[in-house]
Amino acid sequence: MTRQTQGNPDAREVVLAARNVAKSYGNVHALKGVNFDIHRGQVTTLFGENGAGKSTLMKILSGVIRPTAGQIILDGRPVVFANANEARDRGISIIHQELSLTPNLSVRDNIFMGRELRGPLGVDFAEEERQVHALMEELEEEIDPLTPVEELRLGQQQIVEIARALSVDSRILIMDEPTSALSASEVEVLFKVIRDLTARGVSIVYISHHLEEALTITDHAVVLRDGTMTANAPRADIDLDWIVRNMVGENYDLGSPPDSHRRGVALSIRNLSVPDATGKDLVRGLSLDLRAGEIVCIYGLMGAGRTELLETCAGRLRATGGEIVLEGQEISHLSIAERIARGLALVPEDRQRDGLVQTMSVGQNLSLASIRRFTRGLFTSSRAEKALIDDSIRSVTVKTSGGGAPIGSLSGGNQQKVVIGKMLATKPRVIMLDEPSRGIDIGAKAEVFRLLAQGARQGLAVLYSTSEVGECLSVAHRIIVMHKGRISAEFDCTVSKEKIMAASGESVAA
Amino acid sequence: MSATTTAPAPKSGGFSLGRLLLEGRAFFALIAIIAVFSALSPNYFTVSNFLIMSSQVAIYGILSVGMLLVILNGGIDLSVGSILALCGVCAGAMMQGVELPWAGVILYPPVWAVVVLTVAIGALVGALNGVLVAFFKVPPFVATLGVMYVARGVALLMTNGLTYNNLRGSEALGNTGFNWLGFNRLWGIPISVIVLAVVAVLAGLMLSRSAFGRWLYASGGNERAAELSGVPTRLVKITVYTVSGALAAVAGLVLASQLTSAGPTAGTTYELTAIAAVVIGGAALTGGRGGVRGTMLGAFVIGFLSAGLVIIGVSSYWQTVFTGAVIVLAVLMNSIQYGRGGRKT
Ligand SMILES: Nc1ncnc2c1ncn2[C@@H]1O[C@H](COP(=O)(O)OP(=O)(O)OP(=O)(O)O)[C@@H](O)[C@H]1O
Ligand SMILES: [Mg+2]
Repeated sequence: MTRQTQGNPDAREVVLAARNVAKSYGNVHALKGVNFDIHRGQVTTLFGENGAGKSTLMKILSGVIRPTAGQIILDGRPVVFANANEARDRGISIIHQELSLTPNLSVRDNIFMGRELRGPLGVDFAEEERQVHALMEELEEEIDPLTPVEELRLGQQQIVEIARALSVDSRILIMDEPTSALSASEVEVLFKVIRDLTARGVSIVYISHHLEEALTITDHAVVLRDGTMTANAPRADIDLDWIVRNMVGENYDLGSPPDSHRRGVALSIRNLSVPDATGKDLVRGLSLDLRAGEIVCIYGLMGAGRTELLETCAGRLRATGGEIVLEGQEISHLSIAERIARGLALVPEDRQRDGLVQTMSVGQNLSLASIRRFTRGLFTSSRAEKALIDDSIRSVTVKTSGGGAPIGSLSGGNQQKVVIGKMLATKPRVIMLDEPSRGIDIGAKAEVFRLLAQGARQGLAVLYSTSEVGECLSVAHRIIVMHKGRISAEFDCTVSKEKIMAASGESVAA
Repeated sequence: MSATTTAPAPKSGGFSLGRLLLEGRAFFALIAIIAVFSALSPNYFTVSNFLIMSSQVAIYGILSVGMLLVILNGGIDLSVGSILALCGVCAGAMMQGVELPWAGVILYPPVWAVVVLTVAIGALVGALNGVLVAFFKVPPFVATLGVMYVARGVALLMTNGLTYNNLRGSEALGNTGFNWLGFNRLWGIPISVIVLAVVAVLAGLMLSRSAFGRWLYASGGNERAAELSGVPTRLVKITVYTVSGALAAVAGLVLASQLTSAGPTAGTTYELTAIAAVVIGGAALTGGRGGVRGTMLGAFVIGFLSAGLVIIGVSSYWQTVFTGAVIVLAVLMNSIQYGRGGRKT
């Protein structure tokens, strides 16, 4: 915000530009002739609804895919990148929206994959490790370079992804939702790193659905809508309303929590303890009552034990102690399927790993958890299934060419909506959502909140885990803060953001 | 990383010849094989030859349906050839009479009982594979490799390395009819081919129309996500290995019946042929993609190709080379098709 005085960004040198770039997949037109400039030493933020074409444009600029029409201009000259490595060699690197790490390799090997440092005796692991340590220090994270990536939490994996892009020393760094799994303090650190980079003349493209957060870092904002650029202005001329207006054409208010209609206890967690692989407790003797018709937010930093708590309730992890009681019945011994059948559903955090079956279509993914509902005797009824799928696509507003489309053809946010829609389709009585707003736009978020509120009015109990304080305040009847496996505070919905953050052990930055 | 997604974008527009050829490749390969051999030999394109070839394909075909289920689940079953032999030997032993020393009698079970018991034995060995993989987390390759050796070993032990000949049974003992499976025809079609057709239709219905089929595709595509969606992934695993074992037993019965003998070395390397048929049929070895139609085409491609090579008098060494080349080509095309990302099954 302090740098808006640095003159008119348009006057600055354009390092990379897209000219009339179009991209079609069959008859889906993801981009329809877009012009886009990246200025030296500036942060250009790209806003747009889910499926607007942001990731597609970035993949074209970084050589991952090629445009159907149009040109890419690098330093004033047209270029054609054969692949992402070629673009990287010219100084362009990208942090993908979906993590592209190799799970079984260590952090170090992931960061240097494909460009290992050579020493006299093959790969110079010591030097690589030193560099990883330096990167982690810069990002203020304590991640051991030798840990296999699959053992890291989602947010830590995202940090590794960022570290890998930083390690390349590129002139142009594209970040496609780099912070979707990061906590507020980590985002602060990242922004500090970004400011350092721009001061050194590195150009940044930044994409995020956390609009306020993105506004604090932006120098220049561009809005995409349905594959065309609808607006483009320097920081000085814009505000939150401007972005939302141009993104969706109307104003959205995430609003405040719906009236509460609390009824009896739906889910009761008593004295629950969950260990990690080494036996250390991630959830420690936690007790919590969730009433029907109530929306409870669990706020906490990464590693507070929120995911473990929810996965234990869902049946993925085993507790070492305590009870989980669903509508009066102890369910600790039941399988995941039995819990779903009794109305307890979980929307998992990591959509690629836990949420989606990549080999199946959009429709098959949406109907996967409710196969019973369209099975007649031995066989599934394709008519009943289609009705269920169409219903889900409509209710969570998935932007797709149809239920038969491959899941991989959806934009990141729309894939997330499929994961949410799949579990809502099971008609749960208690639904647990683990960071469900990861990557979905404000319109979709408002829609999800509306669905949850509507469900709550009809007696649905909602347990909503988030690391965004704003979300707690706009959806929850009750806010629970978790810290190191325990409940550290409990608030009603009139509390202030600062109080919530303080209880989570977070240093209040802003 | 992202470098894997640099394949050229598919052409816009719904219809493209290249795409059609790619997706129907097993079908076109089969047509090509039939056309080439019909041109090369007058004996190839005759009804009787097709029936003979088909009854040979039946054995591989039945095995490859089971293999398909396992591969869809993301696993592999190397033990089917050995299970086939073990079950053939068990059937042979029962046909020759089961001696009960404590009762001092020799039992000659009727043929239907032999069939039921043999299939049950195959299913049991398959279930052992399933339990090893699902509960003891042994990688499928290793678990079924072990069972492959054990089953073969048991078959050799049971017979002392010898072969049971003459399984026709006798009128006096009331156990005739074993050769019905391998020799008889219904409406002019060999029984073995009818068995294959029934197996294929049932498996196809199960995959495309039943909840279990959906579970199978889901757990093969992403087991963690399937499990969290309420798919009983362990049950699915055990079931596919059990079915694969049972189908291996059926194939063993058909083979023993065709030969009217059962030896412990029968079916050696048949598991590889079955895997090849599944792969040629377009299934992905990583799981989650593939179908019965493709697998059947794959089995017929292999069968008709090797039979054709025999008819035109190509040496068996060359046959091996050709079969290998077809498999490699098939895998190549699979990777082109799936490399584009996001094709549905
Ligand atoms: N491989 C593909 N095949 C078909 N359609 C595709 C493919 N990739 C993207 N699309 C379509 O292109 C459009 C733009 O997708 P893109 O991923 O660029 O959206 P996005 O703006 O990044 O959205 P999000 O905020 O959800 O990440 C979407 O409608 C999507 O369905
Ligand atoms: Mg995107």
